[in-house]
Amino acid sequence: MADKKIFGIVSLFKDPNAIISAAKKVASAGFTNWDVNSPYPLHGIDKAMKIKPSKLGIVTLIFGLSGVVLALLLMWWTMSVDYPMVIGGKPYFSLPAFIPVTFEITVILATVSTVVAMFAFFFGLPRNAHALHDTDYMKKVSLDHYGIVIEAIDPKFDEKSTMDLLNNLSPLTTEIIYYPEKETYPIFEPRFLALLFGVAVAVSLGTYLMLNKLMYIQPFNWMDKQAKITVQSRSDFFNDGRGMRLPVEGTVARGFIPYPFEDQKNPTEVLSNPSFPTIENLELGKSKFLTYCSPCHGNFGDGDSRLQGQFPNPPTLHSDRARSFPDGMIYHIITVGQNAMPSYASQVNREERWAIVNYIRALQRAKNAQDSDIKFVKAE
Amino acid sequence: MSTDYSVEAPVVAGRLSLAEIEELVARPLDTKPDKKFFIALSVSLTALLIGATCLLYTFYYGIGMWGNNQPVGWGFGIVNFVFWVGIGHAGTLISAILFLLRQRWRTGIARFAEAMTIFAVMCAGIFPIIHTGRPWLAGYLTPYPNQHGLWVNFTSPLVWDVFAVSVYFTVSLVFWYTGLIPDFATLRDRTKSKIKKTIYSIFSLGWRHSSRHWLHYEKAYVILAGFATPLVLSVHTIVSFDFAVSILPGWHTTIFPPYFVAGAIFSGFAMVVTVLVFVRKIFDLQNIITIDHLEKMNKVILATGMMVGYSYGMEFFIAWYSGNPVEQFVFINRAFGPYAWAYWTMVSCNVLIPQFFWFKKIRRSVPVMMVIVILVNVGMWFERFVIIVTSLHRDFLPSSWGMFVPTLYDLGILLGSFGLFFTLVILFTKALPVVSISEIKAVADGAQPDHHGGNHNG
Repeated sequence: MADKKIFGIVSLFKDPNAIISAAKKVASAGFTNWDVNSPYPLHGIDKAMKIKPSKLGIVTLIFGLSGVVLALLLMWWTMSVDYPMVIGGKPYFSLPAFIPVTFEITVILATVSTVVAMFAFFFGLPRNAHALHDTDYMKKVSLDHYGIVIEAIDPKFDEKSTMDLLNNLSPLTTEIIYYPEKETYPIFEPRFLALLFGVAVAVSLGTYLMLNKLMYIQPFNWMDKQAKITVQSRSDFFNDGRGMRLPVEGTVARGFIPYPFEDQKNPTEVLSNPSFPTIENLELGKSKFLTYCSPCHGNFGDGDSRLQGQFPNPPTLHSDRARSFPDGMIYHIITVGQNAMPSYASQVNREERWAIVNYIRALQRAKNAQDSDIKFVKAE
Repeated sequence: MSTDYSVEAPVVAGRLSLAEIEELVARPLDTKPDKKFFIALSVSLTALLIGATCLLYTFYYGIGMWGNNQPVGWGFGIVNFVFWVGIGHAGTLISAILFLLRQRWRTGIARFAEAMTIFAVMCAGIFPIIHTGRPWLAGYLTPYPNQHGLWVNFTSPLVWDVFAVSVYFTVSLVFWYTGLIPDFATLRDRTKSKIKKTIYSIFSLGWRHSSRHWLHYEKAYVILAGFATPLVLSVHTIVSFDFAVSILPGWHTTIFPPYFVAGAIFSGFAMVVTVLVFVRKIFDLQNIITIDHLEKMNKVILATGMMVGYSYGMEFFIAWYSGNPVEQFVFINRAFGPYAWAYWTMVSCNVLIPQFFWFKKIRRSVPVMMVIVILVNVGMWFERFVIIVTSLHRDFLPSSWGMFVPTLYDLGILLGSFGLFFTLVILFTKALPVVSISEIKAVADGAQPDHHGGNHNG
């Protein structure tokens, strides 16, 4: 047995009072790497062993407070910065409504961190390779005995004197525990590795099937297929086989009164400008002119296209010919188009067309201003 | 009968030694299940299968299979959710609140009640998810950065619910597992089978019953109990906010949070008694789960039952006192309208029947208490039915009144949830120690040193 490495010496007791007095003696002998094992927590063992009170509460405090801060930060950022939305007329950051979620996040962070910190960092668990496992000593203290273990790494440890010390405490038994010759649960055991590999493959396959196949099979069709007839679909209900019905002949949609002068060259006798060049009207005309007309005609109607020759430049709107057009003629050209210019009837409605006419008139007058106009402006 | 209250009654009856206690608790795990176990399991699995079939129909054809309609949009789905969450409250109450109050008798029943909490919350969690109609989209309930740039509405009680129930489940599970670790270590050291030893070794994390560990462990237990106590009160409070924060008469009342919490403890204890009566008989645990335990639980049932009764009365008083005709109508309709049968079932099961527990003989009679606690469970299910259905079916506008009639699928899914719950309970009794071995050893007679304070008669 000499070639085996000693882990420590253990003694077993049956009486809870005996273990307390034994623990007191071992503690006063000045050992540090020793422990008492019992099937349940013994009252007063901490004082007998002279262990300091647990500092676990610090972990709870830190993580609990970070829970409060993180929860409030998350809700503040999502609800008032990233996607602010008024809900029930309340402020973006409405603290009373955030309290439940803050509380829950605090609780989960504090409790889970306490448990994880205790097992993983305070105890160094999981650890199934400890020398005490699978010994008779462990089986006894697991059931109804109480044991003292003094480890060989303790600076005061000496095989003979420690053995004597423990024997003087009148225990049931005392024995030496050796490190196991081979690991009980070697991590590189082929069967264990095969199990890990199997689990990895199963999880990957399961995830793949779940996300890429199962989610898209019937009946989860994400509302793609519905019983209703859609715009272009066929229907045998009607003789013509169309799903969509045509409007009754002569139907006029609201706001789309037909333009009766489409084929006429000059309908100006009947087309007179119904709108006054008020400031609002000119603002409307300006905005529509800049959107629809200025790409070709230029911002001031000079015919200086921004399209850089990709499209034939129109003539200036400040020529004598254009200036002598009646309002109705310009309106007619916008509505039906002229030469290379297409109809703009579907883009600007009637009111907007007349507003553009007024704006063009204002541009024409500004480009060819008389002295009297300047006087008039100054007078204002 | 005279009782000496100056001496604490022994928690474990029959003067069992520590080894006998362990043998008693661990025996079901070492023996092969008998015929009765398989009969019970097949009954509960049948119920579970019926529920699963009804759920499959619901998934395939949609929520239209249920009785939900306009105006009763919250039918059995939410009734069952609130019912099961309520059942889940007893476990944490026993393991956390009674722990902080130093009630040593809790040790015998805490593990079982915690397990029931976890199983009941699992049953509860299913319902809001299937109630949404598209359960595979439940992930959207959690706030995560997504391509839509959307977040959940943190000011909505329904989102609070998601947080409350999931946190409650997680913390209960952590609490339960923490309590199980020393027991796994004990089982690891007593088993002779190699497979079992491997499994127990993994789950015990290599626990060594070290006193240096026990010190932190007990501290952690106090911390967990300290957090679980406000948590258990918050969960049903938040569930009640689902109703109280709305403006519907019958729901919009400030009494809801305490009323719901009292009702939850009431129904939870009733369910724990229902199951424990069978467990202590089947597994011969009469010395660990004693008749005193059952009597104490019956006292809690009596107390919380009267709190619930007070809430019923107070709701009517406030309806009258508010002078609000809509509110008054809702409560008159509740007691005398088309669902009066449900209301009076609830009142008799929850308020009148538990009054029998004033008599000590009845509190200590297993068959009578069995009948009473089952009726309490029925009554508490009807309470949620009454709150949800009678408030919704006739609100402000008589033209939009309607009736709710559950379909076979509603009933099947309710049956299935009981099937799931009892299947898990039955499997639990054979897979894990139903009583905390280390805790019950610690409170046995003569288990603690008598050198200072504490128990002087040991």
